[in-house]
Amino acid sequence: MSARDEILTRVREAIAPVPAPAADLTRDYRTRTGDGVDTFIARLRHYQAQTHRVPESELGRTVVATLRERHAHLIVAPEGIPRDWLVGLEPLHDTPPLDPQTLDGAGAVVTTCAVAIAQTGTIVLDGSTGMGRRALSLVPDYHLCVVRTDQIVSSVPEAIARLDPLRPLTFISGPSATVDIEMVRVAGVHGPRRLEVIIAG
Amino acid sequence: MSAGETIWVDNPPFPANARRAVNDAQLRRNIRNATSTIRQRRATMVEELPDWQQLRTAGAAIKDEVLARLDRYLEQFEQAATQRGAHVHWARDADEANSIVGSLVAATGEREVLKVKSMVTQEIGLVGALAKRGISAYETDLAELIVQLGRDRPSHIVVPAIHKNRSEIRKIFLNEMGDAPADLSDDPHALAEAARQHLRRKFFQAKVAISGANFAIAQTGSLLVAESEGNGRMCLTLPETLISVVGIEKLLPTFRDLEVFLQLLPRSSTGERMNPYNSVWTGVTPGDGPQQVHIVLLDNGRTKVLRDHIGRQALRCIRCAACLNVCPVYERTGGHAYGATYPGPIGAVLTPQLVGVEHAATLPFASSLCGYCYEVCPVKIDIPTVLVKLRHDVVKAERASPESVLLTATGAVMKGRRRWTLALRLAPLMRLFRHGGPPPISRWTAVRDLPEPPRQSFRDWWVTRSATSKQADQR
Ligand code: SF4
Repeated sequence: MSARDEILTRVREAIAPVPAPAADLTRDYRTRTGDGVDTFIARLRHYQAQTHRVPESELGRTVVATLRERHAHLIVAPEGIPRDWLVGLEPLHDTPPLDPQTLDGAGAVVTTCAVAIAQTGTIVLDGSTGMGRRALSLVPDYHLCVVRTDQIVSSVPEAIARLDPLRPLTFISGPSATVDIEMVRVAGVHGPRRLEVIIAG
Repeated sequence: MSAGETIWVDNPPFPANARRAVNDAQLRRNIRNATSTIRQRRATMVEELPDWQQLRTAGAAIKDEVLARLDRYLEQFEQAATQRGAHVHWARDADEANSIVGSLVAATGEREVLKVKSMVTQEIGLVGALAKRGISAYETDLAELIVQLGRDRPSHIVVPAIHKNRSEIRKIFLNEMGDAPADLSDDPHALAEAARQHLRRKFFQAKVAISGANFAIAQTGSLLVAESEGNGRMCLTLPETLISVVGIEKLLPTFRDLEVFLQLLPRSSTGERMNPYNSVWTGVTPGDGPQQVHIVLLDNGRTKVLRDHIGRQALRCIRCAACLNVCPVYERTGGHAYGATYPGPIGAVLTPQLVGVEHAATLPFASSLCGYCYEVCPVKIDIPTVLVKLRHDVVKAERASPESVLLTATGAVMKGRRRWTLALRLAPLMRLFRHGGPPPISRWTAVRDLPEPPRQSFRDWWVTRSATSKQADQR
């Protein structure tokens, strides 16, 4: 018997004696909370991420000014990032795909996001336009993410409902961190050590 | 068949280990500091959610649903993942899983692979098995790196190097890392930076990575890895080949179910609203990440656990380690004393069931049955009840003994929590055995300190004590 068939047979033998009752799952937890943009910003700050809030009309200028201020010049720009976010900067496009060393040498990566969760201060990338493949937002040491207010939902359940599970998803809550040494939170290990978020709208 | 490293065969049984560990003052201090910090963080994060109990109930129900129809969910998962370009393999036990992974790595021609921290690869002893085939597997999680460089063993499910303090870690890095800066300080920031530099080139060159998974979605064939450092993202994204070893109990029916577990897990494990990174992937995504994706579904004793209607609930476990962090026994002995991959209260119920009680007969006794583990468990595993049941099994296996009489009584009491709390107030009865008692009661008392009949029940005492240390932490 193949391992597959043997394991499935063992499972069936194990569960057969007591026929399973109909699933009695009540989802009586909250699917929505009162959390909005203010909570989102507070959570990001708690994670030591920098935040800005600007009207949509100021977005392009703010992105450029922020990148300049951080002295980031070589900017990884996934497909779909508007030109006016990169005025006077040197964008690195991913066609053909950039190798990890080049990504590592970049000063920043700028992306959009698919959805953001206020309650937990989380942004979710799904690899669609403006986000690019996963390595782009991982290897550069500084990640600048643009979130539009209509992308911010209150809770984890609301975010899950908006996401497509068949896309590669990355949930990001603050810069990379570890508590492995005496439970002291150290921000910045292998993922970007700096995360900055511009909230537009 | 081999269960791999589910139990560490070179390890003495729990009582001997525990005795040694409680005498190691440095070890106890390291563990006490760390567990009290996480305990406090978790409590704050849990109090913040008014619907925590509803989430726990839903989490338990979702896992029970998976277990009740596990065969169907496994088939569904296999089909969905295969459709999306993943290769699904099945492994009856540790040896089979190791040989599948070994052959997959060998087929790539690589001699070095990177690892994402995963309990299941510890359980099967994958790193050792690969080494026998001439393949070096490098741990990339900071704590696992500390453990691997120190030729040590993990002592906690979430923070495996919890037993080491900063100066011990500094020494390990200086002596074993090879490229640690000579002036390395013991500041956690400097230590983390040294790990970053050490691993960065490896991440960029790696062709093969091996991971586990926190959750596997039957409906879509997706896997999820939760982490903090970004080493997981590096391993899941940069290499050409990704091999994920997944216990068959890791399934969730639908993607929607993550809305429950992504609230339960981070708050319970690290005491965060959300851990820094969660990665979800489904088979192969053209042009993004590994283009060769393998998933090894592992039994290794899980179907045995599934047979037991009381013990089965241990398969709900999402490895958050909340039960370890609140356990008064764990806090005193640390994780190594359990002599098994899964330490603490969950280990005491899971390990004997995975390998058979006769091979881990002391573990069900490594608990004071205070019930705190059940209270914090995000999927409501009634660990005390399972422990009592396993004690019965141990006794049955060793035939009738004076202890069995005592245990039958305990079993009846344990059926109701109120009765149990009441019984604790009658604990002075235990003075009968406080100088050891006849075997196998001696095995039980040897690892549990009952100096004087307590004035206060053990549970009350522990709760008060935790509150006090919380205040101390806040100062
Ligand atoms: S038994 Fe419960 S508390 Fe313990 S690790 Fe598993 S899920 Fe967490």
